[in-house]
Amino acid sequence: MPKLIRLDQSGHTMLAEWSADDQSAFERAAIAFREQLEQGYFGLVSLADGRAEQVTELPFDAPMVILRRPIAGG
Amino acid sequence: MGAAGFDASAAGLPERANVPWRPRTDAVALQEAGRRWTRSLLAQVLPIAATGLFFLFLGLIPAVVGLILLAHAWVIPELYANRGAAVLHAHGGAGPDAERRALLLLGDLVSDEARRLHAETGLILERGAFGVWLLAEAGGVLVADGGQRVFCYCVKVRGSDLPTSDQIAHLLLALRCEERDFLTVANLAFSGAPWRLRRRLAPEQRLALDAARAAAAEVADGPVVTGATAAA
Repeated sequence: MPKLIRLDQSGHTMLAEWSADDQSAFERAAIAFREQLEQGYFGLVSLADGRAEQVTELPFDAPMVILRRPIAGG
Repeated sequence: MGAAGFDASAAGLPERANVPWRPRTDAVALQEAGRRWTRSLLAQVLPIAATGLFFLFLGLIPAVVGLILLAHAWVIPELYANRGAAVLHAHGGAGPDAERRALLLLGDLVSDEARRLHAETGLILERGAFGVWLLAEAGGVLVADGGQRVFCYCVKVRGSDLPTSDQIAHLLLALRCEERDFLTVANLAFSGAPWRLRRRLAPEQRLALDAARAAAAEVADGPVVTGATAAA
């Protein structure tokens, strides 16, 4: 079941879960996703080749979408 | 459009907009950064070492001054290497429950090999387009040129309240998203021979560095830049 996960101080938090036959759950997840983007998080999905791709809309078919904070040189 | 013409829509890390004065790092720029680091170090060390040697032959008192200068010349690269090793230091800070949850997710993101090495060393090994990375919570070490050179980068997640494994996961995901931008955003803390860095690492971190060097040597027969992102 696809999940929306945020990396945060608790380790990680699952914000939403949806399935292919539950459009309303996906819409709720998409709203939660957009809210997190507005708070400064970036959305990412892992690709099969080991890379990750940044997304600005919640993909329906990605197994896991991860929200991360910005990074900066230390 | 972000700062100074950076087009955030053109893929890559959005954080690159925060360093618009830095050109996007590629294989050539990385090699040049390594050479520049070596030249800078030699420019600092050689005059002091030469003066120290000269003083050694001028008599007893000048010889003492010469020895001090030689020691100074020896210490300079060691200090830089120490700064490089610091990017792998763990600081912790989150509670054990949060750390455990973060570790579960990090484990899901990496291979069995990387998971085992992390359990032993606290560092995540990740193969990139420019070499092999060792990631820690405050930065990463890129082992490049077939294991012959290391680049130590300081890069952090904004806000320091995250568990260690969570911070590593942040860096890992950003690295996987766009390695060139990750290199551009990060600050270079040290570049040089791996042995110089190795001496400054904890014993378990040396194991990780050895593993990264071995992994980098495996691809040494091919071009240094092997990934799709670096070729672009």
